[in-house]
Amino acid sequence: MDSIWHIIVTSAPQIAVAGLKYTIPIAIISFAIGLILAVLTALVKLSPRRGWFSILKAVAYFYVWLFRSTPLLVQLFIVYFGLPYLKIKGIWPNGIQLDPWTAGIATFSLNTGAYCAETIRAAILSIPQGQWEAAYSIGMTKTQVLRRIILPQAARVSLPPLSNSFISLVKDTSLAASITIIEMFEVSQQIAAENYQPLVMYSLVAAFYAVLCTVLSWLQGYLEKRTSRYLRPLN
Amino acid sequence: MIKFEHVQKTFGDHQALSDINTTFNAHETTVIVGPSGSGKSTLLRSLNLLERPESGLYHFNDQTIDFAKPLTSKTVLNVRRKTGMVFQDYNLFPHLSVLKNVMEGPVQVLKQKPSAAKQTALDLLTKVGLADKANAFPGQLSGGQQQRVAIARSLAMNPEYVLLDEPTSALDPELEAGVLRVLLALAQEDNSMIIVTHNMEFARAVADKILFVEDGKILFDGTPAEFFKQPTQRIADFLAAMTFTTISDKANQ
Repeated sequence: MDSIWHIIVTSAPQIAVAGLKYTIPIAIISFAIGLILAVLTALVKLSPRRGWFSILKAVAYFYVWLFRSTPLLVQLFIVYFGLPYLKIKGIWPNGIQLDPWTAGIATFSLNTGAYCAETIRAAILSIPQGQWEAAYSIGMTKTQVLRRIILPQAARVSLPPLSNSFISLVKDTSLAASITIIEMFEVSQQIAAENYQPLVMYSLVAAFYAVLCTVLSWLQGYLEKRTSRYLRPLN
Repeated sequence: MIKFEHVQKTFGDHQALSDINTTFNAHETTVIVGPSGSGKSTLLRSLNLLERPESGLYHFNDQTIDFAKPLTSKTVLNVRRKTGMVFQDYNLFPHLSVLKNVMEGPVQVLKQKPSAAKQTALDLLTKVGLADKANAFPGQLSGGQQQRVAIARSLAMNPEYVLLDEPTSALDPELEAGVLRVLLALAQEDNSMIIVTHNMEFARAVADKILFVEDGKILFDGTPAEFFKQPTQRIADFLAAMTFTTISDKANQ
């Protein structure tokens, strides 16, 4: 038993450092970019089919379809290992070469953005038509209605499913190990290769993911309470 | 003064408005009555362009809108800023406090200073008897209180006309009275109002003019005195169906 504790005590700090340097920043940055992509994609998908919006709409549909229909691991491989071979004369003579960090964040953002776009689209559609009409009736423009009336209410509705996506993303960052990023799972793999203790090492890294996701669940609960204040009866 | 000329609106095969010609005078209360599905709400909603008729002319003061042509967003915003709308199910913004609901239009649309908008909003809430609820959220109010906030919200834009779409149809009778009192007071202040209602007693009390709409057509356009004399059999039947007094009279016969 003493040796297991020794392994845990010596390797935990290394995993923690990898988490702080890679897992957490990759998850947060990717989710932030993904959310922006998701709101834009949802708005384009909901826009009327008119003029150049029909082209944008086609792009949005294709994007969501593409990233939801292919495995995340395969997407990472295409972006990191595949794109350097996309050589186009005059534009990319040497292919698109991304460092692991950029490739990882780009792929994770696009992937989570595709899922969150559907969440946000559904949340916007769940706001009653009367809210639009009331806002239009006080003379608001469509942009004002969205920004002031619809999106704040849609944010509350989409909080639980968006938290799902974020929690999934935190765990999915372990796939970044496959494109040479030294995040938590990669570190535990390297240590396991040296000390021949795969059960201990992988259980230990699993515990790290569990702690991160538990904190996120708490955060979700706190945000849900905060954003639902207006729904509680007056005491 | 606002005026509709030959206004037509269809929903698919259904002719919602057919050849509507009428005038709504400023500083008067016009009441629109008629059976369910007659087109009275469509008529009201066409006045602030929540519905777009396919043809006809809409005169708003000096401005003329031709429904047959595409409307610019500037025209639409202009009409909406001059017409307030009160809905059957209030449609308050649930995530904003009562005070913020009333301030939203003046601050965001009219670009008033928040301090000035707040003062106006508090005055209006006092007027509808809800100054003490300024910091409550809509979900914490009764239906009647919510509707009074909705009236204050529409008045905050200082509209030339206030449009009310069955403002008390979703309310219990005891809550309805509070809303009707507010509307009656507004009518006595010579506000310009256009009200769709099923409450004939209220129509009689508040109207300067009555429109009776059925199957998308205006079948009566005149004074309440004339209307309640039941000039046609159709109006007599409608009033009989709408008023309990008539039913109990018949039961006594």
